[in-house]
Amino acid sequence: MESLLGYMLYVMSLLTAGGIYALLALGLNAQWGFAGLFNVGIAGFVAIGAYTYALLTTAVSPLHLGGFELPLIAGMIAAMITSGLVAAIIGVICIRLRSDYLAIATIGIAEIIKLVLKNETEITNGPRGINKIPRVWEHFSEERFYSSWPLSWISDVPGWEAFFAALPRWWWQPFFALTILLCVYVVYLLLERARKSPWGRMMTAIRENEHAARAAGKDVTGRRIEAFILGAVIMGFAGALLSMHLRLIDPTNTFDPAKMTFLVWVMLIVGGSGNNKGAILGGFLIWTLWSASELLINGTINLITTYIETADVGILRTRAGFLRMLLIGLVLQVILQRNPQGILPESRPAATGNTSHKAGVKGD
Amino acid sequence: MWMDFGFEFVNFYLVPGLVLGCIYALGAVGITLTFGILRFANFAHGELMMTGTYLAWTFGAVVLATTGVVLHPLITAIPAMAGAVVLALLIDRYFYKPFRDAPTIMVVIASFGMMLIVRSAVQVIWGPNQIAFVRGIDKPNAAVREFTQSIDMMLLIPNKHFWIIGGTIVIVLLLHYLLEHTRIGKAMRAVSDSPDLARVTGINVEVVVRATWIVGGMSAVMAGVFLAMDTQTLETTMGFRMLLPMFAAAILGGIGRPFGAVFGGLVIGLAEELVAYPWIGTEPLISPGYKTGVAFAIMVVMLIVRPSGIFKGRTF
Repeated sequence: MESLLGYMLYVMSLLTAGGIYALLALGLNAQWGFAGLFNVGIAGFVAIGAYTYALLTTAVSPLHLGGFELPLIAGMIAAMITSGLVAAIIGVICIRLRSDYLAIATIGIAEIIKLVLKNETEITNGPRGINKIPRVWEHFSEERFYSSWPLSWISDVPGWEAFFAALPRWWWQPFFALTILLCVYVVYLLLERARKSPWGRMMTAIRENEHAARAAGKDVTGRRIEAFILGAVIMGFAGALLSMHLRLIDPTNTFDPAKMTFLVWVMLIVGGSGNNKGAILGGFLIWTLWSASELLINGTINLITTYIETADVGILRTRAGFLRMLLIGLVLQVILQRNPQGILPESRPAATGNTSHKAGVKGD
Repeated sequence: MWMDFGFEFVNFYLVPGLVLGCIYALGAVGITLTFGILRFANFAHGELMMTGTYLAWTFGAVVLATTGVVLHPLITAIPAMAGAVVLALLIDRYFYKPFRDAPTIMVVIASFGMMLIVRSAVQVIWGPNQIAFVRGIDKPNAAVREFTQSIDMMLLIPNKHFWIIGGTIVIVLLLHYLLEHTRIGKAMRAVSDSPDLARVTGINVEVVVRATWIVGGMSAVMAGVFLAMDTQTLETTMGFRMLLPMFAAAILGGIGRPFGAVFGGLVIGLAEELVAYPWIGTEPLISPGYKTGVAFAIMVVMLIVRPSGIFKGRTF
C-alpha cells in the first residue's frame, strides 16, 4: 500500500512536470510550428514568467522586492503579460530579419534576462533566488491564505488548522496535477481554434511562402510578431506554473538553457512540429524518458555499489547527467535527419477531406 | 597626468580590452566564414573552441606526465588544432551535410543540437569542474615595465598578453594572405559572394566548405587557447559564454567579412572592458556583471540600424 502510494505520487509528479513541459512545447509550437520563428531563448521567457509570478504572490520578504501577496491568478496573468511584452520588443526588432538572427537575438535575450536576475539582488535576491512560492491548492494550507477571504468566510483559523492536519501531506498533489492538465487542455483548445481559424491558415501561408503571402496583401511582419507574442505568453504562463511546482527558483540552475530550451525543442520536434497534439505528446513522452532515465542511471549506479563495494562511483554520479544530455541530443539529430515530421505530422486545416498533407519543412 | 588617469586606464582597462578583443576577433572569424560560406549561424562554434582548448590542455598534461617537459600553451595548440579540425569535419559530414539542400533553418537546429552534444561529451570525458590551464602568476614583463617607467608611463603588461596580441596579429596576417593571395582563399570569397556563380565557374564547393571548417576550426582553437591563457582556467561553459560576443562581432563587422569580424571583435572586447571604467564619478559606468550585456546591446543596435554591418556584409 505504501509503495502503491509512492508510485501514484511519482505518476502525479510526472504528469505535473510533463504538463508544464507540454505547455512550453505548445508555446514553442505557436512560434515555430505555426510561424516558423526560431526561438532558442525559451528559458528567458520562462524565467520572466516565473519571477513575475514569484515576486507578486510571495509573502513580504526582506530578501527581495515585495512579495506583494497578490492573488495567485493575478500573478499568473501578470506573468503572461510581462513575458508577452518582452517578446513584443524582440519581435519588433528582429522578426523582419532572417530566422538565424532571431535565434541569435533570442539566445542573447535569455542570457541578458539571467544576468539581470543574477545582478539585481535588491529585486530578485540574486543567485540565491526566491523561495516559498505559493503553489495552487497547497497554498490553502498556509496560514496567510486560510486566515483571509475566501477561506476565512467558511471557517475560522482553528477550524482550518484541524482540517488540514487531518489531511494526508500529499492531499494537494492530485489537484495540482489535474489543474495543470486542465491548463494544458484549455491552451490546446485555444491553439487548435487559432490554427483552424483564418489567422492560423494565414500563418501557414506566410511560413510556406512569404512572398506569395505578401503579394496577397497579408501583413507578414505583423502576423509573425503576433505568433511570437502568443508563444511567449504561453511560455510565461508555463513559467508561473513551473515556479509553483518548484517553489524555489534561482537564475542559474532553474533556467539552465540545456534543460529548458533544448529539451523543449527536442519535445516539439519528436512530437511533431506544427501539430498541437504532437507538442503535448512530445512533452509528456520526452519528460517521462528524461525522468525515467535518471532513475535508471541511479539504479544502475546503486547496483554497482552493492556488488562492487570498492568501486568509486562519485565520477559516474556527477557525469551521468551529462551522458543523458548527450543521448537526448543524439535523439534530436536522428529524428531531424530521418523523420523531421515527428511522430504526429502536421495536418493542414485547409486541405479538403482529412488527408494529412506532407507539410514540408519550414523556415527561411 | 599619467599617474592620475592614464596608468589605471591603460593597464586595467585598455590592454585587457584589447586582449579580450583579440580573442573575440579570432572566434568571430570562424563564425563569419561559416555564416558567409555555408549560410548558417553555427551555434556549435563556441563548443568547437572549448573542445580544442581541452585537447590542448590534455596534450600538454600528457607530455608533462611522460617526459616532464612543460610545453608552452601555443605549442600544445598545434595538435589541438588538428583534433578540432577533424572534429569539425566529422560534425559537418554527419550532422550538417545531410541538410545542405534543405532550408537553412534545419542546419541551424542541427548546430544548436551539436552545441549541447559536444558540450555534454566534454563534460562526460573531462568532468564539469574547472581545470587550471596555466599555473602560477604571470608577472608583468620586467623589461617593458622598466623602460616605460623611465619615461614616466609605466605599463604593467604580463607576457601572456604579448603572446595573445602578437599571436593574433600573426594569424590575421596569415588569414589575409590565405584569402587574398591563394587559390583556395579566392574560391572561399567567391562562394561567400555567390555560391551559384562560383559553382558555374567550376569551383568545387565541397572543397571550399572543407577549407572553411579547417580555417574556422584552427582560428577557434587559437581563440580558445588564448582565452585559457588569459584566464588561466578551463571551463566547459567557456564556449557558450563566448558565443554571444562572437556573434555580435561577426554581425558588427558584416557577415562574410573576416576582417570585419576582426574589427568587430576588437570593438566588442574594448567596449566590454571600457564600460566598467568610471567615466562619470568614481563608480563603474556599467556594473562589470553586465559585461555580456554590452556585446548584446551593440548587436541589437546594429540589427536595428544596419543589419549588414559596418563593412557591408551579407544580409539574409
